[in-house]
Amino acid sequence: MVEAATRLYPLTGREFAGNGVNMRPLDGEHERISLRADDVAVAGLGAAIGLELPTKPGGVALADGLSALWLGPDEWLIMAEKGAGIEDKLNSVTTGLYSVVSINHRNMAILVYGANAVNALNGGCPRDLSLEAFPAGTCSRTIIGKAEVVLWRTDTHSFHVECWRSFSDYVWKFLVEAARCA
Amino acid sequence: MLLIHCPYCEEDRPELEFHGEGEAHIERPSNMAELSNEDFEKFFFIRENQKGIVFERWRHLHGCGRFFNAVRHSVSDKFIATYKAGEKKPKLKKAEIDRVAPPAKNTPANEPVWTVGKEDGDRS
Repeated sequence: MVEAATRLYPLTGREFAGNGVNMRPLDGEHERISLRADDVAVAGLGAAIGLELPTKPGGVALADGLSALWLGPDEWLIMAEKGAGIEDKLNSVTTGLYSVVSINHRNMAILVYGANAVNALNGGCPRDLSLEAFPAGTCSRTIIGKAEVVLWRTDTHSFHVECWRSFSDYVWKFLVEAARCA
Repeated sequence: MLLIHCPYCEEDRPELEFHGEGEAHIERPSNMAELSNEDFEKFFFIRENQKGIVFERWRHLHGCGRFFNAVRHSVSDKFIATYKAGEKKPKLKKAEIDRVAPPAKNTPANEPVWTVGKEDGDRS
C-alpha cells in the first residue's frame, strides 16, 4: 500500500543555542491566512473569528490560540492552530469586500529568543528594534538580509520570524551567522 | 541609513523597505483616446526632473505595502515630508525648504570627493 504523502518542513531538526540567542523552527501544521479587507468588512470579520482586528500600525490581537497581526491599513496576517477553521469562519461574512487566502504552506516560522536575540536580528534587519520603537506585542513586515519577513515581538526577548518557506534556509543561516557575531 | 517616515505605519523606517516610484501628482487624462501623439508623449514620458524640491511617489514595499507621496530635495536627498496618497501637495514653509537645501557651492561640505584635472589629465 502506498503511504499518504507527508509534508516535510525545510528546517526540521535544526536548533541553535549560543551567545545568548536561541533559535528553533516552528514546525507542524498551522493555519495562516492573508486577509485583505475594506473598512466595512473589518468589524464583521473580527467578530467571525472572535477578536477585534487591530487597526493601529503594528498592532497584534490575541484570542484563544489565534493571533491577528496588522500588516497594512487593509491587510492582516491571521495565524491559528490546525483545525481552528478560520478560513471558513472568515468566508461566512457577508458585509463588505474582503479576500481570504490561505498561505500556510508558503510560510515558515522561526522562533528567536534569548537576551541577545535582538542583536542577532539586527544583524540583518535595519529596522529599529529598541523597546521604545518596537515594544513587546507589536509586529511589522520588514526585511532580514535579502528576505522579506514578518517580525512579531511576542515578548521583550522573544521574536516570531515569519518568512517564505523557500527563503527559510537562507534566513536561518543568516540568523545563525548573525547570532554567532552578536 | 536613510530613514523615511511612512504616513501609514506612522514611524520612521529604513530606506531598504522602500521603493521610489517616480514623479507624483501626474493626472491621467480622462479623454485618453482623443489625445494627440504629442500630448500623449507629454503625459506618458515627459517628466519634470527638477533640480530642487520634488514631489515623488514612494512605496513601502517591505512594510505596509502602501503607495504614498513624499517631498524631497533632489540634490541633498533630504526629505521634507511624506503624506498619504490622494492628499494634496502640502504647502511648504521657507524654513522647511532651507533646512534640506544642500550646502552652498565652494563651502567645505560641498567640495567634490575627487576632481578630474584640466587638459593635461592631472587629478588633483
